[in-house]
Amino acid sequence: MAFAVGVAITGALVAAALLSLVWTPADPLSMSIAGRLEGPSRAHPFGTDQYGRDVLARVMAGTVTSIAVGVLAVAVGAGVGVPLGVAGGYVGGWLDEALMRLVDAVQGFPAILSALLFSAIFRPGITISTVAIGIAFVPAFARLARGSFLALRGREFVLAAAALGAGDARLIGRHIFPNSLAPLIVQATTSFPVAIVAEAALAYLGLGTQPPQPSWGLMLKESQNFLSLNPWFAIFPGAAIALSVLGLNLLGDGLRDLLHPLRVN
Amino acid sequence: MRGYLVRRLAALVATLAFVSVLVFVAIRVLPGDPVLVMAGPEANPEVVARLREAMGLDRPLPVQYVEWLAGALRGELGVSLQYDVPVGALIVSRLPVTVPLTAMAATLALLVALPLGVYAATRARGPGDYLTIVIAQLGLAVPSFWAGLLLILLFSVHLGWFRSGGFDGWSQGVGAAVRALLLPAVALGLFQAAVLMRATRSSLLEVLGEEYVRTARAKGVPEGRVIAKHALRNALIPVVTVAGLQLGQLLAGSIILESVFALPGLGRLALGAITARDLPVVQGVTLFVASCIVIINFAVDLSYAWLDPRIRYE
Repeated sequence: MAFAVGVAITGALVAAALLSLVWTPADPLSMSIAGRLEGPSRAHPFGTDQYGRDVLARVMAGTVTSIAVGVLAVAVGAGVGVPLGVAGGYVGGWLDEALMRLVDAVQGFPAILSALLFSAIFRPGITISTVAIGIAFVPAFARLARGSFLALRGREFVLAAAALGAGDARLIGRHIFPNSLAPLIVQATTSFPVAIVAEAALAYLGLGTQPPQPSWGLMLKESQNFLSLNPWFAIFPGAAIALSVLGLNLLGDGLRDLLHPLRVN
Repeated sequence: MRGYLVRRLAALVATLAFVSVLVFVAIRVLPGDPVLVMAGPEANPEVVARLREAMGLDRPLPVQYVEWLAGALRGELGVSLQYDVPVGALIVSRLPVTVPLTAMAATLALLVALPLGVYAATRARGPGDYLTIVIAQLGLAVPSFWAGLLLILLFSVHLGWFRSGGFDGWSQGVGAAVRALLLPAVALGLFQAAVLMRATRSSLLEVLGEEYVRTARAKGVPEGRVIAKHALRNALIPVVTVAGLQLGQLLAGSIILESVFALPGLGRLALGAITARDLPVVQGVTLFVASCIVIINFAVDLSYAWLDPRIRYE
């Protein structure tokens, strides 16, 4: 039941993103001085912002930003974390010890801290926030990959393949990695909503997506100056974040139960 | 326990060394010239050269790193370009906002999460359980800064009970200060409360299935006593770990809430430093916060080993 709701919400999220690429109810960037900070109406179902831009169109366009940052950040986290974990878990010894201390250190840098650090040197923007969020995902992916490699490396089917003459690359690629994939997929799914919230938070702080590009976090930042004039402006982008995260969390929980049948009692 | 402690301490030192390398690399080694960042792109070349020399950027990188680290270990994190004050002193001056905010959020989260988690677990698969599960899902989904905006909208814009932000310091009285931090702490603790509630529920459910709980029940121990005396104490061990690990996340999250509620804490210090191109401050704050998180995680590891002796012999 919860899984079905998750699939439905996630489907709606992706559909809104795809639709916004070809059609939005209004141009998300076109301003109108006359129609500023209006509440919901027939012409503007979510109202308008301080420049008279249509909030529904901007929320729809913001979907694309959120999904893009989510996908790329998870790719960065898995792309860096999994090889680190594989190296540590497969090779073991001092390399494993050193890599795990590095991973512990990276754990000290939540996305917001890396974004602060990078923004000090580079111009804040969507690239920086994506990389910062991705870095924050590295420890979880590295630990998971390491854990499965440690557990699998001594299993009979791996030892048998090694005895038959399989080299390291073949052992890792053909025998161990495919068997450690399930928890990594679950991790990717559960990281995705975290990335969406982090993107919005960084954009809110001015460390991520920059205006006029539509981002839910940026819209919330702008709405804060007009809370008493148009409270709806602060409601819809936030609700979009909460709904997406809810859907993706439910989807992730369901996937975990599907891929880890032992955990379901 | 001593062997375990020594091994963990060595690991902590190695981890902190990596933290310092990461901060150093981000500021000094990544493409992008810190001097140009601070002086601005149109700066006089002579000024640039002097700044470079003053910061020691004309020397080899390993030398720079060792000098910087030696200073940091003595608490010398450089001087703020913006305020002309030592960075260490600036950080300390902002702690009376960030630390109480984090502590209040953690306390509120625990106060809400533990009773709700116990309630849900003791009524597993009943309507009350499902209701708390739904509440927890909402708590996980609502981002803290949006929760903050909604709280401002309700309690300051509509009801006028609280100010929409700002902090006058502890000298104005504890009551006023706590009042100023209350809404941000609620917004910050919401997510943690949901996480802790789920952790409490699942941990207690697991323990309630154990044999010694069945034994206690069979002996005729009243249900309330079974839960309070036998089940809860063991169930809380993993919850303590989760709560401890969340502390670091709360500390980082306070940066966002400080921005929402215009509180003069560490986060606002760092954000202001970025606008002012005040690199020593950004560097100092990130090093400080990252080290705090690593040390908190270390302390949680130790407390876990202390609470559960099985961990030490891994």
